Parts: sequence; C-alpha cells; structure tokens
Amino acid sequence: MNARDLLRTAVEAVRTHKLRSALTVLGITIGITAVILTVGLGQGAKADVQAQIDELGTNVLVVSPGSSTDSSGVRGGFGSASTLTSTDAQALSSTTVAPDVQAVAGVATSSVSLQVDDTNWTTTLTGTTPSWAEVRSRGVSDGRFLTDEDVDDAAMVVVLGPDTATELFGSTDVVGQTLTLDGSTLKVVGVLDALTSSEDTTNNDVALVPSTTYAERLVGGTDRDSVSAIYLKATTESTVSAAYQEANATLANLHGITSTDDADYAIATQQSILEASTSVDRTMTVMLGGIAVISLLVGGIGVMNIMLVSVSERIREIGLRKAIGARPRHIRRQFLVEAAVLGCIGGLLGVAIAAVGSMVLPRVADARVILSVGTSLLAIAVAVGIGVVFGVYPASRAARLAPIDALRNE
Amino acid sequence: MIGPVIDLVDVGKTYQTGSLTVDALRDVTLSIDRGEFVAITGPSGSGKSTLMHILGCLDVPTSGRYRLADEDVADLDDDQLAEVRNRHLGFVFQQFNLLAYLPAWRNVELPLVYAGVEPRTRRARALDALDQVGLGDRADHRPGELSGGQQQRVAVARALVTEPALILADEPTGNLDSTSTADVLDLFDQLHARGRTVVLITHERDVAARADRTIEVLDGRVAGDRGSQS
Ligand SMILES: Nc1ncnc2c1ncn2[C@@H]1O[C@H](COP(=O)(O)OP(=O)(O)OP(=O)(O)O)[C@@H](O)[C@H]1O
Ligand SMILES: [Mg+2]
Repeated sequence: MNARDLLRTAVEAVRTHKLRSALTVLGITIGITAVILTVGLGQGAKADVQAQIDELGTNVLVVSPGSSTDSSGVRGGFGSASTLTSTDAQALSSTTVAPDVQAVAGVATSSVSLQVDDTNWTTTLTGTTPSWAEVRSRGVSDGRFLTDEDVDDAAMVVVLGPDTATELFGSTDVVGQTLTLDGSTLKVVGVLDALTSSEDTTNNDVALVPSTTYAERLVGGTDRDSVSAIYLKATTESTVSAAYQEANATLANLHGITSTDDADYAIATQQSILEASTSVDRTMTVMLGGIAVISLLVGGIGVMNIMLVSVSERIREIGLRKAIGARPRHIRRQFLVEAAVLGCIGGLLGVAIAAVGSMVLPRVADARVILSVGTSLLAIAVAVGIGVVFGVYPASRAARLAPIDALRNE
Repeated sequence: MIGPVIDLVDVGKTYQTGSLTVDALRDVTLSIDRGEFVAITGPSGSGKSTLMHILGCLDVPTSGRYRLADEDVADLDDDQLAEVRNRHLGFVFQQFNLLAYLPAWRNVELPLVYAGVEPRTRRARALDALDQVGLGDRADHRPGELSGGQQQRVAVARALVTEPALILADEPTGNLDSTSTADVLDLFDQLHARGRTVVLITHERDVAARADRTIEVLDGRVAGDRGSQS
C-alpha cells in the first residue's frame, strides 16, 4: 500500500462523512485561525511600534498629557481637558532651563473637514509653531513653512501634507490656493515633502496652521492654551536622557508635582515606547497564545473523538480489510492519514479564514495583522501534527482489533 | 510429496464469556486436499462459521494444531497471518462485505492493494476478475447500485482476484434468491474446475450437493464426511 493509496483512502473516508468531517475540521480551523491571528497581531503591533519609532526619530521626545488630579483628589480620566499648555512648551524651549533640548513644538490637534469647492476631506488639523519642521525633521517641497509672523498675526495660512493637497485639489501644486474650514478661508502657503520611509502614510495627510490661528480663530474651545502634545528634539542622540531629565524637572516644577506617581504628563522616548510596547506585547501574546493553544487542544480532542467514532462505525470495514490481507500497520496508517487529512484541511481553512480576518480586523478594530507565509506553513504543519497526535490512539485501536471480532460485529 | 492444503488435528475452540464457556468446536480432525470442492453443513449454532474462521486464519484454535499448506498457523505472527490471508485465501461472506463507498472494481482491487501490486496492474486484474463473474460492464457501479446476486458476484471476484489456492465461503447464497444462487454456485464450480480448493458452508442440501464432498458438523464435532476421496 503506497502513499497515494493511503491518501486516496483517507480522502474518500473524509468525503463519505462530509458533515462529520466538516465539524471535526471546524475545531482545528478555529484553533489555527486563532494562532495565526495571534502571531499576526503581535507582528502587526511590533511593526506599528517600529513605525512610530521611525517616525519619531532617534532623538525626539514626546510629552503627552496624563490624567490630572483635581483639588478633591479625583483623577480626571482620558479625554478631560489637557494638562499640557503652550506655557509648558515655552518653558521647555528656554536654553537655560533645558540646555539639551534643541527645539520644542507644542501641537494641538483635532479632526476637521476641509473644503475646496465641492470637495470635502477630513484630516487632522494641527496647530503648531515653526519649530515643528525642525523637531519632526520635515521640510516643504513647495512654498514655505509656517513662520513666527504667522504665529504672531494668527494668520489664516495653512501648510498641507502632500496627500491632503492631492485629495483636495487633485495635485500638490497648490501654493496660493484657498480652502475653507467651517466658513473660515485659509490660504495654502506650503506643501510638505512626502514621507516614504514610514509605512504609516498618515504623516502625509495633515493640515498645519499657526498655533494662535488654531486656538483663537479655528478651533478655540474653553482651554485655548492647552496642547495635545509637546515634541522635543534633543541636541544629539547622546543627550536624549539629559533632555528627558531637564524636561521632567521643568514640568514637575511648573505643575507642582512632588512625586512621580502624581505626574499629570508622560514623556516618551524611543526607548520608553519600545519598553512599553514589549510589555504590552508580552501580556497580549501570553493571553491570546493561551486561547490559541486551548482551542487547538479542543480541536485535537475533536479529531480524536471523531476518529474513535469512525473506528467503531467502521469495524466491519476494518475486519474485511484485515480478512483480505491488511496488516495491523496498514490499518493504523489508514486512520492516521485520515486524521492528518482532517488536520490539514482544518489548517488550510484556518489560514484562509485568518487571511480574511487580517483584512477585516484593521477595519473594525484598531489593529494591524501581518500574515507571513512562514507562519501559515507552520500553522498547517501544526494542524497536521495535531491530527496525527490525536489520531494515534484511535488508529492503534483499529489496528489492534482482531479480524474476527471486527467481522462478527453487526 | 505435497501434503493436504488443510490439515486439522484435534482442533478445539472454546469461547469464554464471563463464567460461561461455549465449546464451539471439539476435537476436529480434518484434512482437505488441493483441488477439492468441500461443503460444510450442519444446523445453526453447530460451529460451521467458527470452523471457517479458523480455516481462514481469522481466528486461532484454543487447542489442537492447524497446518495450512504445510505450515503451522500457530507459528505465524499477525503480519504473517495477514500475508497468508492475502496470498493464499479468498473469502466470500453471507453479507457480501463490500465497501459501499467504492465502485465495484475498487472493491475487487482491494486485496491487490495490500499485496503491493502496481495501480495499473491492479485495475487490469480487477476488471478481468469482474469479467470472469460476468460483471465486466458494472465495474463503476457502487454496491448500492447492484442487486444482491450481483454484489455477491463482486465479492467472488474479490476473492479470486489474487488467484488464491483456497476459497472459503460462509453461506454465500444465504441472502440470495434461487436464480442468483445458481449464478454464484456456477462461479464456484468454475473455480473448482480451474483447480482451486473451495470450502463452502451452507444450510441448504441442494447447495451442498454441488460439492464433491460434504462434511457435517454437529454440536462442534465432525459428524459425517461423505464423498471423501481418502
Ligand atoms: N464470540 C463468541 N463468543 C461466545 N460464543 C460464541 C462466539 N461466536 C460463536 N459462539 C458460539 O459458538 C457456537 C457456534 O457458533 P457458529 O457461529 O460457529 O455457528 P454456525 O454453525 O455458523 O451457525 P449458523 O448456521 O447459525 O451460522 C454457537 O453456540 C455460538 O453461540
Ligand atoms: Mg455461521
């Protein structure tokens, strides 16, 4: 009995009991899908972090607002008024207070809809200062960037990302054109150069306006001074930690913070983002990995169960095969290959569903899934392995049946 | 000198179910020569099937000695027994025992699969065996699409495809009407005519009459042996 005969017999047995096979396969499929998506999510998260880090640059620090403690001791959660203000940004730009900080840019952001004639485009409006270009290492491909005069005058000017310009005007040759935002007219003075290195192309879809224009004329709100984040650029890569210390001391002083636990802001560096993400990663991987392993185990038990049913249902067939010359090992192989085929089908379906999931997940949840051929092949191998491992017991039971007991069975 | 193909000496078979013991066979001494056509008859429960299972190496005696083609079956392990069944024996059962999910020719081919014969040769030989039983045109039909008589002829084709020396049939006509019975018995006659040893178990007197020799089993013992050449 060669491999082809074995495989054919197994496929025929699987085909003969379609519903039963399908249910068995389902268990494996769920397990494999879970495994592949877990790995894919982990790799996606890693890639996101890498993109964040790449985007940030090696010597950039980001100060973000944290939860604030009000006088009654109640902590305001995320979404309450920002605890960072442009005053903080100003303080940090002083070379005496923070000598290792080369440039500072406070940013205030909100999602807005820009309009040109009949074209609408929703993008991130960022109110900031001219130093933004330096801190974020960006330049303009056309026109000019925001200037100090723009900030002083709260000028109605805007610098667009290349994608934003293309979406609104159909080209990036747009300096001098105007667009409207909630009835206010803004003049385009420059277009940013396109970022290509980062996978995250949202950096090419932005609209930058002077911080004063943002606060006083466009978005406003109750807390005109507050900013969403402050970007700092250290003078060199080696002064990042010194810059961190200076920024931390300055902000603690300004905010009257005595204990680090009470800090109402957080300073992130490339290093700290990496650390935070790996610890989150680890928890997530352990949790999802656990679920995946359990579902694979359940799938395997399903295979074993079905194979046992299959053996007892086909006792006569086993007896007949033995009567006409099948050796115990022929019977064992037949059922092992059948279990492996079930596992393989489960694995293939699992990969297919995971592929669909990897396309759907990013749309419904904020998660990127990266599928790799290697992971998929490995998952299929695991599925086949599960089939074989959980098929061993039923198969050897079939192999051990005495031909006469098998034949007598009615 | 070539000895008898079947040689039983004082063979007994005792079934033990709980505290109950059933002596299905007692002190059976029997020898069948090559080329004989033997019918085994006897009332229900007399031990005919038990005897056939032992003759067919599907079961082992609890006492006595069984030599099949000059080889003591007790000396053989599971693999060797499987090989003996595959090479030298052909079975025909009352319930046909065809695999319902395979077409006729694939059922017939099965013993050759375990004999390690090439797929191409297997198909040719299976089709040839089906031709011999007059079902050459039904090779692609599944058992469910065939009449009982046709199914049993497929089973006969499966038994003869390996050209075994000994064909064992346990009430092969028990489930068939008279026309189909005649067809199947003609096949056994042909096999016998071509030199095969045929052992046929039956209830029916007229079926037994087709054989050269009739062995009667009663209560686990050989009670009669008519037409014996020796
Ligand atoms: N596995 C078994 N366990 C216990 N007793 C058994 C077993 N198989 C057969 N017997 C008993 O052995 C005796 C002979 O059975 P056997 O099947 O050989 O009879 P038979 O002559 O073929 O009968 P029938 O004509 O009805 O087929 C019977 O009494 C039966 O009950
Ligand atoms: Mg019987």
